[in-house]
Amino acid sequence: MEIPYTVKPRPDTGLYNAKVGIWLFLASEVMLFGALFSSYILLRVGAAAGTWPHGLLNVNLGTINTIVLITSSITVVMAWVSLKLNQWGKFKMYQAVTLLCALAFLGIKSAEYKDKFTHFQIIKKDGTYVDGHMHGAAYLDKDGKSLEVHKYHGLTFKENGSEYSLKEVTLNGIGAEELGQINEPKHGEHHEHKNISVPAAEIKKIENYGPWHSTYLAIYFTLTGLHALHVIGGALVIFVLWARGGKMWRTDPERYTNRIEISGLFWHFVDLVWIFLFPVLYLL
Amino acid sequence: MQHTHDDKHHAHAHDEHAHHELGFWAKYVFSTDHKVIGIQYAITALIFLFFGFSLMMLMRWQLAYPGQGIPFVGSLLHNLLGDAAPAKLNDAGQVVGYIMSADLYNAFGAMHGTIMVFLGIVPLAFAAFGNFVVPLQIGAPDMTFPRINMASYQCFVVGGVIMLVSFFIPGGAAAAGWTSYSPLATLGSSHGQTFWLIGMVFLITSSLLGAVNFIATIIQLRAPGMNWMRLPFFVWAQFVTAFLLLLAFPPLEAAAVMQLMDKVAHTSFFLPTGLVVSQQIANISGGGSPLLWQHLFWFLGHPEVYVLILPAMGIVCEVIANNTRKPIWGYKSLVYSTLAIGFLSFIVWAHHMYLTGMGTKISTFFQTTTMIISIPSVIILTCFFISLWGGSIRFNTPMLFCLSFLPMFGIGGLTGLPLGFNYSDLFLHDTYYVIAHFHYIVAPGTIFALFAGIYYWYPKATGRHMSEFWGKVHFWLSLLFMNLIFQPMFVQGMAGLNRRLYDGGATYAGVANPAGGVVVGVPQFFLDLNKMISHAAWALALAQIPFIINFFWSIKKGRKVDSDNPWQATTLEWQTPTPPPHGNFPVVPNVYRGPYEYSVPGHDTDFTPQNEPDRVAPKITQPLPK
Repeated sequence: MEIPYTVKPRPDTGLYNAKVGIWLFLASEVMLFGALFSSYILLRVGAAAGTWPHGLLNVNLGTINTIVLITSSITVVMAWVSLKLNQWGKFKMYQAVTLLCALAFLGIKSAEYKDKFTHFQIIKKDGTYVDGHMHGAAYLDKDGKSLEVHKYHGLTFKENGSEYSLKEVTLNGIGAEELGQINEPKHGEHHEHKNISVPAAEIKKIENYGPWHSTYLAIYFTLTGLHALHVIGGALVIFVLWARGGKMWRTDPERYTNRIEISGLFWHFVDLVWIFLFPVLYLL
Repeated sequence: MQHTHDDKHHAHAHDEHAHHELGFWAKYVFSTDHKVIGIQYAITALIFLFFGFSLMMLMRWQLAYPGQGIPFVGSLLHNLLGDAAPAKLNDAGQVVGYIMSADLYNAFGAMHGTIMVFLGIVPLAFAAFGNFVVPLQIGAPDMTFPRINMASYQCFVVGGVIMLVSFFIPGGAAAAGWTSYSPLATLGSSHGQTFWLIGMVFLITSSLLGAVNFIATIIQLRAPGMNWMRLPFFVWAQFVTAFLLLLAFPPLEAAAVMQLMDKVAHTSFFLPTGLVVSQQIANISGGGSPLLWQHLFWFLGHPEVYVLILPAMGIVCEVIANNTRKPIWGYKSLVYSTLAIGFLSFIVWAHHMYLTGMGTKISTFFQTTTMIISIPSVIILTCFFISLWGGSIRFNTPMLFCLSFLPMFGIGGLTGLPLGFNYSDLFLHDTYYVIAHFHYIVAPGTIFALFAGIYYWYPKATGRHMSEFWGKVHFWLSLLFMNLIFQPMFVQGMAGLNRRLYDGGATYAGVANPAGGVVVGVPQFFLDLNKMISHAAWALALAQIPFIINFFWSIKKGRKVDSDNPWQATTLEWQTPTPPPHGNFPVVPNVYRGPYEYSVPGHDTDFTPQNEPDRVAPKITQPLPK
């Protein structure tokens, strides 16, 4: 006995097997991201005053990425429609646009990540803050020879056998008396960004804006990282079907079209998650 | 019956053909056949069950005889795990044995729970029985996605191996309890917890793949005529279970990812501001919430309880109907109750958290939902009891296990009520009472039902019966010792004995108060129960020997089945060749009736298989009297 309904829909449910499967899988994905969004709410509600950053992310880049993903959602549907209309060339073209959108999204996202990893916050020993992007750091080796670098290498680091220790850090940003001034800038108030140098002796703690910096960044990196993994996974599937699908399209077009539909459904879900992520992380 | 005989020959020929095509690895290891995968799951899970039980047997030694050298396996443990099982020296400085360190006790405790739940019972109850039985019972050739099915088993094995490897890494396995509460779980320096989290991600993936497959199979591959109200109850139970796994496990996966981030990327999802570790403020960003972990964990954890019990109820239903030779009483009530349990189980989780101070309003809500969910459970149990009424019961081994399931599950369920009310729970929380309560549900409850399932479906899988005599020996001894283990724990728990004490409470042993003669601390009687419980646990292990030997011996030497339907059952899995070939049914079965048509009046046998056509009603030749 062959397994029935792999291609043709079952009459009473109106669905073929894989479609049931993908919808069930997406239901569990909803629960996965739902749990993370719930965690976001709980962490945000429980955050102490002044610790939850507002306006930290670049809304313009987020908007562009939203548009990029929505575009890819349209092309993924058009690709499926092209197959239904028996237009193989158009399918190839639309799906290529989908893949380019996926790459563009990931490129923009990694630029945003890099921005966070070069963004530093210094807590000084007097309790005040300096916050901004790394402009440069000066190090001294044992013999008092100084070394200026544009990247932060930690309080001490070793290179070519000599050991360097931090002399001074220069950030391009703002100084602040308390966290609230950094995280919740008042409307209409614009702090001039300038280079601020902090000698190593005054630094109590220096840390970049990685996931370890605050619960906001922790949930930001977890949510967007998991979403990016989904983008990569979905794009890989779409790519493999796109690059190697010709044979199945010739021998079993209905089955191939179904596969495109299934991968498209997953792609829509990935977009939908972003539609929630964008306002939650960038705008609220 | 002539044509079925021919069909069988035909199928057999096909089967032999397949033998030539598939080598050993393709047939038994990388198989996509749901029956082989079911058996793979069953054997792996049984091994894990015994392993998890062995961890507990070692812990029971420490509880009964704290600080004394472990007999028989002490030096083996020392050789395998090093200083986690340190030497015990006598006054002359000679090694007289090896004891269990507190860290090892904690690791064994955490891993006992993890292995029993995630690697033992769920794979056996859901994946093994579900895989083997569900496609047969609905008349399907296989699962909808056979290769995903294989991937599910492979993920399960990888997850299991990661858990096992974690015992041997420096610092040992996870030791923060099977619930892995943060901050305790996060702050330990050992990588055991990291292994645990990665292992869990694999196990969750495995159960996700399985759940999607089960639901899709039940929706899509039912044979013609197998409508929803003709599904055997076992299929319904698996269907709801699959939904629980599908929807409840992902939040734990999210939690595992976050705890992994806490451990690896030094985030503070579950670490609060101002956390003090070893008298120092921890160097973390803070701002996280330990309660968040508990919410996410128990959001899985409570539906998980029903994942453990629903397949067991499904098995019990099949066996009871078959051995009372009567239709199950209240089939529809069973189905609707199971669906109700499925929905309600998502809104009861915080009854595990009354002691966390989450607030009285929240406690009241969860206490209410918890009381409501007991109603469908009672309905199910009541249906089973009423089904027995007036039946001429066949007391074979599977039936004995099912009959004892009913009171054992009853005890487990009823003793859960005081834990569901938050006032009484505040006293009983984290005592041995809790241990006794949920073990009554899963050990003499679920595991007995699983034994019943093994004895019941063994003839279909192998073509031979397991020994009835040794099955009964296995049953009566297991029943006796299970109760000797868990009944005293209720007593200990009500006396206030905490469940996680390394020395079984000896530190808190009662001393007579010289002023008033009143004993302060735990009276000696409750500590002495530890010895009795431990002896019963070891005896329970001995009682499993007949089962283990019976299980393997019967594969080759058991009594051969006299037909494809040795229990004279009505459901479709018995209407296949034995053992069923790849593809299961020689021809697509047509289903004409409900699952439990036993002793239908006027029928010439006392069972009417689901695929037996309705006989044409006798034509009325005489006009009816006006």
